[in-house]
Amino acid sequence: MQLTLWTYEGPPHIGAMRLATSMKDVHYVLHAPQGDTYADLLFTMIERLPRRPPVTYTTFQARDLGGDTAQLFIDAVNEANERFKPNALLVGASCTAELIQDDPGGLALGLKLETPVIPLELPAYQKKENWGCAESFYHLVRNLLKRQQANGIAPKEHKTAGPRCNLLGPTALGFRHRDDVIEISRLLGDLGVEVNVIAPLNATVSDIERLPLADFNVVLYPETAHTAATWLEREYKQPFTKTIPIGHRGTLEFIREVLTLADLPVNENLISSLAERSHAAWYAASVDSTYLTNKRVFIFGDASHVIAAARVASQEMGFQVVGLGTYSREFARDVRAAAELYQVQALITDDYLEVEERIEELHPELILGTQMERHIAKRHGIPCTVISAPMHVQDFPARYAPQMGFEGANVLFDTWVHPLMMGLEEHLLGMFREDFEFNDNQAPSHLGGAKKTQSVHTPEESELEEVSSTQVLSTLSPPPQANPAKGNDQSVEQSSSSISLSGEQKMQDLVQIWSQDAQNELKKIPFFVRGKAKRNTEKFAKETGVIHITVETLYDAKAHFSR
Amino acid sequence: MNTVIPIEVAQKISSVTPSASLNIRQERGQREVFCGLTGIIWLHRKIQDAFFLVVGSRTCAHLVQSAAGVMIFAEPRFGTAIIDDRDLAGLADANEELDRVVNQLLKRRKDIKTLFLVGSCPSEVIKLDLSRAAQRLNAQFNPAVKVLNYSGSGIETTFTQGEDACLASLVESLPLQPQDSTTDLKKLLIVGTLADVVEDQMQRIFKDMGLNQVEFFPPRNSKNLPVIDHNTVFLLAQPFLADTAKRLEDRGAQRLPAPFPLGVQGTRAWFTAAGEAFGVSESVREQALRAPQQRAQIAIGKHRSLLEGKTIFFFPDSQLEIPLARFLSNELGMNLSEVGVPYIHRQHLAQELELLPPNTLIMEGQHVEQQIDRCQSMNPDLVVCGLGLANPLEAKGLTTKWSIELVFTPIQGFDQAGDLAELFSRPLVRKQKIAA
Repeated sequence: MQLTLWTYEGPPHIGAMRLATSMKDVHYVLHAPQGDTYADLLFTMIERLPRRPPVTYTTFQARDLGGDTAQLFIDAVNEANERFKPNALLVGASCTAELIQDDPGGLALGLKLETPVIPLELPAYQKKENWGCAESFYHLVRNLLKRQQANGIAPKEHKTAGPRCNLLGPTALGFRHRDDVIEISRLLGDLGVEVNVIAPLNATVSDIERLPLADFNVVLYPETAHTAATWLEREYKQPFTKTIPIGHRGTLEFIREVLTLADLPVNENLISSLAERSHAAWYAASVDSTYLTNKRVFIFGDASHVIAAARVASQEMGFQVVGLGTYSREFARDVRAAAELYQVQALITDDYLEVEERIEELHPELILGTQMERHIAKRHGIPCTVISAPMHVQDFPARYAPQMGFEGANVLFDTWVHPLMMGLEEHLLGMFREDFEFNDNQAPSHLGGAKKTQSVHTPEESELEEVSSTQVLSTLSPPPQANPAKGNDQSVEQSSSSISLSGEQKMQDLVQIWSQDAQNELKKIPFFVRGKAKRNTEKFAKETGVIHITVETLYDAKAHFSR
Repeated sequence: MNTVIPIEVAQKISSVTPSASLNIRQERGQREVFCGLTGIIWLHRKIQDAFFLVVGSRTCAHLVQSAAGVMIFAEPRFGTAIIDDRDLAGLADANEELDRVVNQLLKRRKDIKTLFLVGSCPSEVIKLDLSRAAQRLNAQFNPAVKVLNYSGSGIETTFTQGEDACLASLVESLPLQPQDSTTDLKKLLIVGTLADVVEDQMQRIFKDMGLNQVEFFPPRNSKNLPVIDHNTVFLLAQPFLADTAKRLEDRGAQRLPAPFPLGVQGTRAWFTAAGEAFGVSESVREQALRAPQQRAQIAIGKHRSLLEGKTIFFFPDSQLEIPLARFLSNELGMNLSEVGVPYIHRQHLAQELELLPPNTLIMEGQHVEQQIDRCQSMNPDLVVCGLGLANPLEAKGLTTKWSIELVFTPIQGFDQAGDLAELFSRPLVRKQKIAA
């Protein structure tokens, strides 16, 4: 049993719903109690789909439990099949129905319908949404293609000269999947690669049956497509792409991988002409972006977006990745490997309080995260951009805003950089500390200039929460995992991956005394770097055995830590 | 000075058979309604020192956070103890695990004074006995923290019934009063979660009627729990409190039959029921009700021209459908195509049903597919439905009002009657503006 206040992912049957809702002619009959229909609103409200998800729920109640819930399920299957006339039926159970063990798959298969029936067994007490989606997609693909093999039917070949690929992974309720698909399809077209099938988003059952006609698969989202792609590779010798085309460099690498898989020549002229669509690389190189250098960034989200974002942050933006993590336990190994590149320890958790604690510890200047990190960032006054699901209505912008390809790289540059303070603004803040607008309680103008809410912080926290900067007194800290955690008495008992409260550290903090002069000098440092400066000074004082902190100590520390 | 007026409660048993002219039908099929866990969204805000711990699955956690429709801005006063495979392996383990989670939570949240263990579908199906768990935990934590339990599971409760189950458990937890209590001072209790502002307005009107000791249940703080005994006279503020009313009656409290305080007609009748029961003279009642009633009529009047003659269709949702239909029909001149309700509590709704126009089609239960078919063929001017249906119906050209907003918005009482009317006129106004 795990105490959960909020969850990044829904249960696995939500993943199956994402698959069903992605497709045009599939229906999902879900054995589930009254109330589970809430899931419809994820699609109709958050994604604003103008249609109901193709899902029939049995919505059994207590009175049904004494009777025949199996019959209720059979009736629901028959009725849905008749009413919606799907080309394939997914059947399964939600968490409660799993416990009553009616065997929806067996019951539905027993009806001997003409419609292909795909039983889904998604263990609700072990697994989560993305896994459920990947598993359902795999079963759908496997079931339909095995059926085709058994009937001795080959998918209808239509002759084209060039290489062909499938685009796998985009789903309903996916982070910018709608726009990524457009961007990557266009890119593949420019490379001379035909897109055979895009699935599951907007696919039909007959599209799935045509998957084997492709030469290889492009896996856009491993979270949802890796399982199916692995099976297709085994069954149909279709290799699949490993590079996620996020960022300028990621896209270039993806192009080379695609050309190799497509057995096409690597035409450097073509590649550089395509790359001209991206302004991001030049913008990052322009002197205006110098102030981005070594901005401390914390990244959290699903595995593939986090790994890609870390790379973009480090190699394309010139940021310093001070921490990264994911809630995708299935891909924990990949995220840990990525973290090693930046000499940080990956945070693998689905407890947002642990994420918040890590953020408090690291004092990043920018957070790339999910909607939950956006709220954490708001509480701490840290700029933030959302780069990953779970989905929020704001993650379905009306405009075209892919994350992938060259246009995606442009979107990343704009959306990551705009929340930050511009370089000269930062200098002015440092130089003219006494300007009333630079008051501690004044939020930066780009954040509306409104007074910061202090209500959620203790005074000590608001002093320490501030973001650090590269400009004044700030420092390149040693690897963050070496820093003891800031004590937080309120923290939940954490799992082994988190850093626990260090009473010793607190005690040591207490014996240090700040002189009035040093305190006044500290106040001249802009609020968003002050916490960092304070901590570094104290750390320096401790290391050098200084108990009474003076202005001198402050500047000694600055010199000591300067990059 | 104790100004509670000793009275003789009217023993009038009102007719519980609704007027024969109503057309009440039942249907069964897929029910597109929330489960009782959803009530936590407003209950945790209302009772400020309580924490709601759902003992359930990831689905339960996901439901509560999704139905709230918002992300958490601070640490919430609700959470889920998510059952996993190990808990299913043996019930003894599940109990130990639950104790561990509660200890973890209470250690972290010293501000919690009441902890509700909320049963869910999975906890009910595996027969995890939360009442015994509450007893066990009370032995450990009472009196610092009172541990209660109720079920918000979808197999037992429909949406607002979760509040009923919660309040019923709260009534059960109140100390029993000695029988020989000699006082016969009747006191009024208002039962059902209302917005704080609505309570304050109602309190002022009661005061104007000379009723100075009116209490509200649930209280905003669990320190202010009412004493329930045979002197308690209560008025329901919400139409979904069957179990709570029964528990109150079991303790000798007396329910005043009345319509619900929605719109002028309902609010007036509701206050009148209280006034009559406490022997408030007609002139004093009139004096207290006149000004707010006039204000409400003016506010409602602004929406009448927009809504009059328009047809409205209700999908079942919060149990507020019948009082709302009565308001929209009688005060705004709307025509009722179909009034869907999850279930009908014939006793509590007797006065409401009498006020509905003859031949109103009331559909109890749901077969969502057939209901959508009927709705489309009736083509009403306005459809009241849940969040799962609203956009799909809009896409088919219908105009909708999300029903959940009616649960999250202050709509009761005179001074909210205009706001309530506006909730229904807004979608029509919007459609006109965008079309123009």
